Amino acid sequence: MSTPQIEIQLIAVVVAIACAIPGVFLVLRKMALISDAISHSILPGIVLGFLITHDLNSPLLILFAAIFGVITVVLVEAIQKTGLVKEDTAIGLVFPVLFSIGVLLIAKNANDVHLDIDAVLLGELAFAPFDRLLIGDQDFGTKSLWVMGTILISTCILLFMFFKELKVSTFDAGLSSALGFSPIVLHYGLMSVSSITVVGAFDAVGAILVVALMIAPAAAAYLLTSNLKKMMILSILFGIISALGGYWLAHFLDASISGSITTILGILFLIVYLTAPKKGLISVLIMHRQQKKEVMLLTFMLHLNNHTETTERHINHLNEHINWHKINSKKILDLALKNNLILINNEIVSLTDKGQEFTNLAIDYIVTNTDEKIEHMKDDFFLFRG
Amino acid sequence: MKNPIAVRVDDLTVAYNYKPVLWDIDLEIPEGVLMAIVGPNGAGKSTLIKSILGIIKPIAGSITIFDKPYKKQRKHVAYVPQKGSVDWDFPTTAQDVVLMGTYGDLGWIKRPGAKEKKQALEALEKVGMLSFKNRQISQLSGGQQQRIFLARALVQNASIYFMDEPFQGVDASTEIAIINILKELRKSGKTVVVVHHDLQTVPEYFDWVTFLNVKKIATGPVKDIFNDDNLTKTYGINYKVAINK
Repeated sequence: MSTPQIEIQLIAVVVAIACAIPGVFLVLRKMALISDAISHSILPGIVLGFLITHDLNSPLLILFAAIFGVITVVLVEAIQKTGLVKEDTAIGLVFPVLFSIGVLLIAKNANDVHLDIDAVLLGELAFAPFDRLLIGDQDFGTKSLWVMGTILISTCILLFMFFKELKVSTFDAGLSSALGFSPIVLHYGLMSVSSITVVGAFDAVGAILVVALMIAPAAAAYLLTSNLKKMMILSILFGIISALGGYWLAHFLDASISGSITTILGILFLIVYLTAPKKGLISVLIMHRQQKKEVMLLTFMLHLNNHTETTERHINHLNEHINWHKINSKKILDLALKNNLILINNEIVSLTDKGQEFTNLAIDYIVTNTDEKIEHMKDDFFLFRG
Repeated sequence: MKNPIAVRVDDLTVAYNYKPVLWDIDLEIPEGVLMAIVGPNGAGKSTLIKSILGIIKPIAGSITIFDKPYKKQRKHVAYVPQKGSVDWDFPTTAQDVVLMGTYGDLGWIKRPGAKEKKQALEALEKVGMLSFKNRQISQLSGGQQQRIFLARALVQNASIYFMDEPFQGVDASTEIAIINILKELRKSGKTVVVVHHDLQTVPEYFDWVTFLNVKKIATGPVKDIFNDDNLTKTYGINYKVAINK
């Protein structure tokens, strides 16, 4: 690998991690679309900053852009508060207007410089190694990496310091406020960090794809874990995988790096969506099938419970009586046998002690709808997991 | 009045979009009572609690907790919000939610350590939820979720507890478990204020009651003021309730 190749991958990884961290909280706060809005409406901030400094890497650009990011959030909330439109409409109203102001500003004032719409939308990761930080004659590496690295380190420090506060205000804003952790301060803190990250990442992956880097890793991680810290780690991991995978996909396809990264993100999410152990599509389908089977089992056992006479409990009779298909009946019988719930003696089925207890508890649950007593059954049976 | 005043509300008016939800409320909550706040839907019961806790900014009035503003008394106050106010799909466990109750004492930046974790486990045990400590919160029943919220308030080890409909959507056994804990709190000298819906149980559960319907209708000991007259004034219809002796 050549040095520029390593540098590009390094930038992609740093951008991915920096995006994944605020992304987790945006997803949990159901604010994914806000990141889309921010990524577009920071454009006028960037252009204004550029017009003042004439330097695309000036910190002033990032500051201006971040201010516009926060303005976006304020405007969306102000419009929403009128009660006249819902949040999604408010978002749809605010960011195109701000973005278009940025587009007009570029067209009127910055036509002759490297700040064209393509670069804004898709980023120019492949060119990042050309833009170097030079102090005197000394080459300190790519500017992009310095900018994103600084943003990432600041984000990590803030995350480390305020993890608990972000957690409680995301989960329960009322409690957070009562405990003295102002949800408003935390909200705007998060929005500022998101804006700054978007601005930094924007140079590398563009305004559209930065949204994918924020949302997709967090959304995939959300399906895999019920622990916030693990969700954070998984998101970061997904970000890194897609950054590196995307780079090499682009390399072999000779295509856009940011496009490839996003494609990998989409594929990653799809795989997780299908195969996640608990929330994934396949598991859910299996669980539904299992639940159906268990409902049948329960029906069968209630029948046994209701009938002491042997004619009602003969294997063949059951087939006709409960009106199930033979295959189904066999499956249910097998399941009951496997779980030690029934005994079959001379083709007469009867409940075991365990089966009797199970049936009593189940009846109790159905009648009273209180589930304290069936807690221990939840481990064995999907049916009772609600 | 024999007890000192735990919470004093003076001339409180709260409005949403310029429409008053609470109008000129004067209220004194004596220390050591177990108080129900009752009133019809939209009476401002939750709003009253949220205003006392500084979650909602009133347009007029003042509130003190043991004669000081809430901001200075935060550590003496615990809060149980309505169960529906949070997203139970949040990736966290029962123990972790209870641990949030210790955040107030810790303040900014500092993280919960072994001591806080032990407190959380003790609180879980008190509400009978210790064996569920590692369960993801969406995997708990409504009653269990409410117990977790109660445990989170207990861990705050406060002097005053505000609870917003803790009996909503819980089964009978959880309701009994919760009320027993509330009565225990009162016994140990704490003040407990509960937004309550089931008028039938007011005389049995509480010793103090506030009738609220945008304005304050009445407040005082249940045995003195829990009567048809106040119920009718609050609910607008002749409310027949079986008052248990």
